[in-house]
Amino acid sequence: MSDLPRGERRDISPSDHLESLSRLKDEGFNVLVDLTCVDYSAQKKSPRFDVIYRLMKLDPVDGRDLGRVEIHCAVDDAPILRSVRSLWPVADWLEREVWDMFGVRFADRPDIKRLLMYEEFVGHPLRKDYPIAKRQPLIGPQDGDLPGSPSFNILKPTIVGE
Amino acid sequence: MENGTHATERSQKTYMLNMGPAHPAMHGVVRLILELEGERVASADCEIGYLHRAFEKHAEAETWNNVVPWTDRLNYVSPLINNVGYALAVEKLGGIVVPERGQHIRTIACEISRVTDHLTCVGASAMELGAFTVFLYMIKAREYLYQLIDQLTGARITTAFTRVGGVKADLPADFAAGFRGAAAKVREAVSESDQLLTKNRIFMDRMEGTGVCSKERALAYGITGPFLRASGVPYDVRRAHPHLVYDRLDFDIPVGRAGDNYDRYLCRMAEIEQSLRLVEQCLEKIPAGPHSLDPKEMKDAYEIQDLGKFGDTALLRKYAARVDQTLEGMGPAAAAATRAGDRAVTLPTKEQTYTNIEGLMNHFELVMWSWGIKIPAGETYSAVEGGNGELGFHAVSAGGDGPYRLRCRPPCLFIMAALPELLRGALIADIVPTFGSVNMIAGELDR
Repeated sequence: MSDLPRGERRDISPSDHLESLSRLKDEGFNVLVDLTCVDYSAQKKSPRFDVIYRLMKLDPVDGRDLGRVEIHCAVDDAPILRSVRSLWPVADWLEREVWDMFGVRFADRPDIKRLLMYEEFVGHPLRKDYPIAKRQPLIGPQDGDLPGSPSFNILKPTIVGE
Repeated sequence: MENGTHATERSQKTYMLNMGPAHPAMHGVVRLILELEGERVASADCEIGYLHRAFEKHAEAETWNNVVPWTDRLNYVSPLINNVGYALAVEKLGGIVVPERGQHIRTIACEISRVTDHLTCVGASAMELGAFTVFLYMIKAREYLYQLIDQLTGARITTAFTRVGGVKADLPADFAAGFRGAAAKVREAVSESDQLLTKNRIFMDRMEGTGVCSKERALAYGITGPFLRASGVPYDVRRAHPHLVYDRLDFDIPVGRAGDNYDRYLCRMAEIEQSLRLVEQCLEKIPAGPHSLDPKEMKDAYEIQDLGKFGDTALLRKYAARVDQTLEGMGPAAAAATRAGDRAVTLPTKEQTYTNIEGLMNHFELVMWSWGIKIPAGETYSAVEGGNGELGFHAVSAGGDGPYRLRCRPPCLFIMAALPELLRGALIADIVPTFGSVNMIAGELDR
């Protein structure tokens, strides 16, 4: 089986990865097919994360795939990588997912929001050291009453004195 | 208060509206946060994750084959494509080759699933525009295909049909005839819906020119599938990276021009016909399997096999490869035609497990914890054309019996990322057809 949909693997340095990627975009890699991450901490690799950018050169006229490339960036969770939103706008969501699942931060996105998990979630679930059985805090106060909220707990019967 | 200032204050005021997470027009759970200027959407934001089931984390705790049932839950409208996509990624990593017949069966399964996916999408979005009849026609037609899938896999939706190195079972004996019947029903439903919708004034007014996505924006957002094709880019994974047997089949790629909801509707309708054609070609070209006997011959063959048990084996050899008395489609002949021969990968048939010690040990070694299939360390990416576009799996193996990391590239995540941009400036009423044509499937979006 050919290795076409995967494309050639290239490792680039994280410090100037935005420049490398924007050069690739100028070469014609117009589609960011995927952006994901692998946590190699269970294999004692350093740096522990491998952020993967999968790019495709797609001919918009005849729809042929003119080539793909798989870009690997080895990083720790320190904010080194810069956002590639300006090159491919979909990276906005994909970077949010990488932050959400792995806790890899992006240098120019200090207030990045989780994509799949909720704000109150503690930890980053796809890290290898995240325990599967970990309990998360319940959302909302223990007694079910949220002061000042008109809709919260609205079904609670109000019985006022006999 | 003076009337004049009051009026300007009101005209500049925008207000927020939550649409979802549980809203009749939001299939599945997703929340749109809209900023409205009267009827017009000034800006939109989209909150996802309500159906997050930790698919990728779960996969890391499972063996290679045990992940297959979880892939059903990704795009639950076309689960067979997910099964196949996952199995192809693992097989690519392990260098496993599935026999011809198995590949044809996978192709058939994928294309039937694509039809169910498109029928659901078109039917549901037509219903949201008031065309309830179309929804009933299409869901009824889908039900015939689900019955077929039920015969093939044992379940309508939770199919879990593929195995690493093959498929669960061979085609049932009367599958081709069953498909011809179902295809006729689907074609009838599509043609009736086409008459009801395609030239319908109300439908066209709602669909034409709404949710327009240009070629350039679609590519910037990494959108694939019918959504991209409706914008005029004929990219199809089946053509660009032929997997299974697609390079030997004849099919067209329907392409739109305007990239609006109407073109996406037309693309999906045309793709249904192409998928039916693909299944027909596969059923013609599929290499003969264990069920190549007609039922009368089959009866004789069973008798011959019974004779064989009493020592009269002369005639048995003639039919040995074709008779299948265990679970339907899962006997030795079916297994040889549909699964890779490698004993380190595929389970032995039940005859072998129950009748000889080698088969028994082989079976146990494959199902025992931390034994099982060992896929060599490495990583790969493999993609199939899902109902919504390129469905990719990035699998990393550490040489163990399960994935070290499994990434699913869900096609509709990329369309949903573009949705706020598509909705900006539209009317509230346009949200419904635009969101319908995205065909968001929460299962694959949130994983």
